[in-house]
Amino acid sequence: MSSEAQVVQDTVSAAPVAAPETKSMSMIVTKGSLDWAYPPFILATTAAAMGLPVTMFFTFYGLPLLLKKLDLTLTAAGNPAMKMPMMGAHMGLPNILTAIPGVDAACSKMMKNLMNKKGVASIEDLRELAIEADVRMIACQMTMDLFEYSLDDMIEGPELGGAATYIECATQSDINLFI
Amino acid sequence: MADHTLDAKGLNCPLPILKARKALKEVPAGGTLEILATDPGSVADFEAFCRQTGNELLEHSVDDSIYRFLIKHTAA
Repeated sequence: MSSEAQVVQDTVSAAPVAAPETKSMSMIVTKGSLDWAYPPFILATTAAAMGLPVTMFFTFYGLPLLLKKLDLTLTAAGNPAMKMPMMGAHMGLPNILTAIPGVDAACSKMMKNLMNKKGVASIEDLRELAIEADVRMIACQMTMDLFEYSLDDMIEGPELGGAATYIECATQSDINLFI
Repeated sequence: MADHTLDAKGLNCPLPILKARKALKEVPAGGTLEILATDPGSVADFEAFCRQTGNELLEHSVDDSIYRFLIKHTAA
């Protein structure tokens, strides 16, 4: 055996016993606010990085996450758990203040600044990484009709589909999430 | 000395993992990738990443809040 062949063999024998069985993941993305956009894109990109084929089904308020230009905002209304770190403490916002024009926009800006400061990726970046990683994206046809969107409004890549398209995918996936 | 080094300092979950995956593609089989990160969550995450993808986590250490990982590209 040549020394080169020997080296190749050593490399192979040093490898872990077997690559883990390939699993796959699907998720239904139903929410499109700045905060709720994170879980699906973080999990999709990470699962894809770990070798899982991933499908994202965008429906209802999740559908606009496929729009070419994202302008994501959030609100503290109805969300008592949203407390932002401020001067060493954590500050919530009473519901009534969220009704004041500009407050939601200011909160959204504050959240984006905080995320940027902490090295958290933007949704735009995560979405790009998901596309690069060949994450399959399905835009819900019914929601497209309902909210009057066309594929021209969307980034390139998503296909159109309905509940049956998703269910077929879900039956073949090991992990199915509803977010 | 690692074949490649990825500086993921200052990046938060899941960016160190995503960038490591990309960087690993540039590392030939059997080669090594060194990753530097500041995200404390990356310790558990790189262990899980390596278990799942079949790459080998040769070593990891922390020095002055910088986490260092050495991954051998053993997966297909």
